Amino acid sequence: MRIEAIGCEPLQLRRVHLENSHTLDVYQRNGGYEAIKKMLDSMSPNDVIEEVKKSALRGRGGAGFPTGLKWSFVPKDSPKPKYVVCNADESEPGTFKDRYLMERDPHMLIEGMLIAAYALGAKVNYIYTRGEYKYLIDIMDVALAEARAAGLLGEKILGTDFSCEIHTHTGAGAYICGEETALLSSLEGNRGHPRMKPPFPAVSGLYACPTVVNNVETLTAVPDIIKMGGAAYQKLGTEKSGGTKLWSVSGHVNSPGVYELPMGYDDMEKFIMEDCGGISNGRSLKAVIPGGSSVYIMRASDIVGKDVRMDYEGLVAGGSSVGSGGFIVMDDTVDIFESTKNLTEFYKHESCGWCTPCREGTDWLVKIFKRIEGGDGRVDDPQLLLDLCDNIEGKSFCPLGDAASWPIQSAVKRFPEDFRKRLEGNNGNP
Amino acid sequence: MSQQLLQIKPLSQPVHLGVEPATFSAEIEAEIDRHLAKYPVKRSAILPLMFIVQRERGYLDPAGVLYLANRLGLRITDIWEVATFYSMIQTNPVGKYHIQICKTLSCKILGEPKITEHVCNKLGIKPGETTTDGRFTVSLVECLGSCGTAPMFQLNFDYHENLTPEKVDQILDTLP
Repeated sequence: MRIEAIGCEPLQLRRVHLENSHTLDVYQRNGGYEAIKKMLDSMSPNDVIEEVKKSALRGRGGAGFPTGLKWSFVPKDSPKPKYVVCNADESEPGTFKDRYLMERDPHMLIEGMLIAAYALGAKVNYIYTRGEYKYLIDIMDVALAEARAAGLLGEKILGTDFSCEIHTHTGAGAYICGEETALLSSLEGNRGHPRMKPPFPAVSGLYACPTVVNNVETLTAVPDIIKMGGAAYQKLGTEKSGGTKLWSVSGHVNSPGVYELPMGYDDMEKFIMEDCGGISNGRSLKAVIPGGSSVYIMRASDIVGKDVRMDYEGLVAGGSSVGSGGFIVMDDTVDIFESTKNLTEFYKHESCGWCTPCREGTDWLVKIFKRIEGGDGRVDDPQLLLDLCDNIEGKSFCPLGDAASWPIQSAVKRFPEDFRKRLEGNNGNP
Repeated sequence: MSQQLLQIKPLSQPVHLGVEPATFSAEIEAEIDRHLAKYPVKRSAILPLMFIVQRERGYLDPAGVLYLANRLGLRITDIWEVATFYSMIQTNPVGKYHIQICKTLSCKILGEPKITEHVCNKLGIKPGETTTDGRFTVSLVECLGSCGTAPMFQLNFDYHENLTPEKVDQILDTLP
């Protein structure tokens, strides 16, 4: 598996190949903790938020919400404690970038969280890591202890009045806890059920206090923004999507891996066919899911010769979205009916059961897929799938319902032959 | 929800399930205290503590549930409510070695079915079952974030990636 930058100088991946890159020593010898020094020397919390706004950094967890704006929603005059929570629950199928950031460069995350905590006035902060990534929690705990011993964490950081603590926290195998309000429910010790928004976490989050939840990749981008300035960071990408972005690439490519590209990289075809080494075993490209499993599936014909630009706007124009940046590449041996069934089973399993459209809807979707697979499908079943999706999308309590619907809607519409094939020769069914 | 949470009062009387609560060594108790110290609300430590009980007792058994209820000042039902939501919290015994094979899309198209078949044939059990000697449990699980190194399984907490049947043999044959 490759981990490297293409089309830009490595920024977030700058240190990942250095020996002992996870240690404080290597981090500090390679530009680490310079951002918090600069910040504590010369910047007010408001200056930090303004720089992040200028950077056009957008949340890397999936929704792409502007990070600086999210931070600015936290009420400054609130008497309640404030919290920064790092979302390291990385569970979106096809996504595995945060794992390598934490494994290879844990101090970059700590520094990013310190900056966020300073900007928001948060004293106690948490890294919510999925339970399966236990080895990463161990790595983070060691890094936090190193930082604490060096006076970079805890009381009076670097001799200033800024005090801040960061703790690790473990999830226990629930995809839904990657949704920020479900994550907060889980962190409070409850079932991982999402909560109604508004109030948004910025106003009433963890323990009903103002809270910002940011993805690992978002927070690890922050030290560079402070060091180089928001405007310079933005220029690495596009006007609306600043900086660089990590893409996790898996499936039928010769070189799967984590790639750092400038936002707005041209183009997706070149990325898959050249940068990722092309399709494995000499097969041809059939489909790509570019943003983790929860986005529209793209046909080869949507990509080849289409100059799809790799940023938020470019991928929407190309018929999908950035999501979490998890590319699942599929060759011509893959049956899109089967791949879509696989993902639908995932959403059924991970639906938290809180709201009816998602809980019952995903169950019905799987039942219909199974009946088609078993040879009992009906000619109208693809349409029935779409009708069901219509009753889930936008009607569920949280975005999991949308995430379950989009792969099916796009697969049925873009690969109708893979569904039709399954229904041929079905006698006796209306 | 969070406001309700803050209003939950510790129970004044210990609760009983017909079993005595689990007990732990001073060392484990100290580890538990370290987790509790991270949070302003004790209940937040419920998942980390469940993992400790599971590690020490093999799974979250009734005595462990009772211990957690007492330790966190919660009702037994609060503990079960959380335990039953999370797939990594085992409320039934599992094998000494829990093999969790990722079955989600990237692993699926890169050979998961072959790995599952090989593991199951080798151990003589189906997914969801435990060998009669209590050594192995096999489960099919959803995405473990190892898509770039598919197919893979997690053996207890260890990731084993880029699996082939030969590699599976080597891993399983050399376990103590």
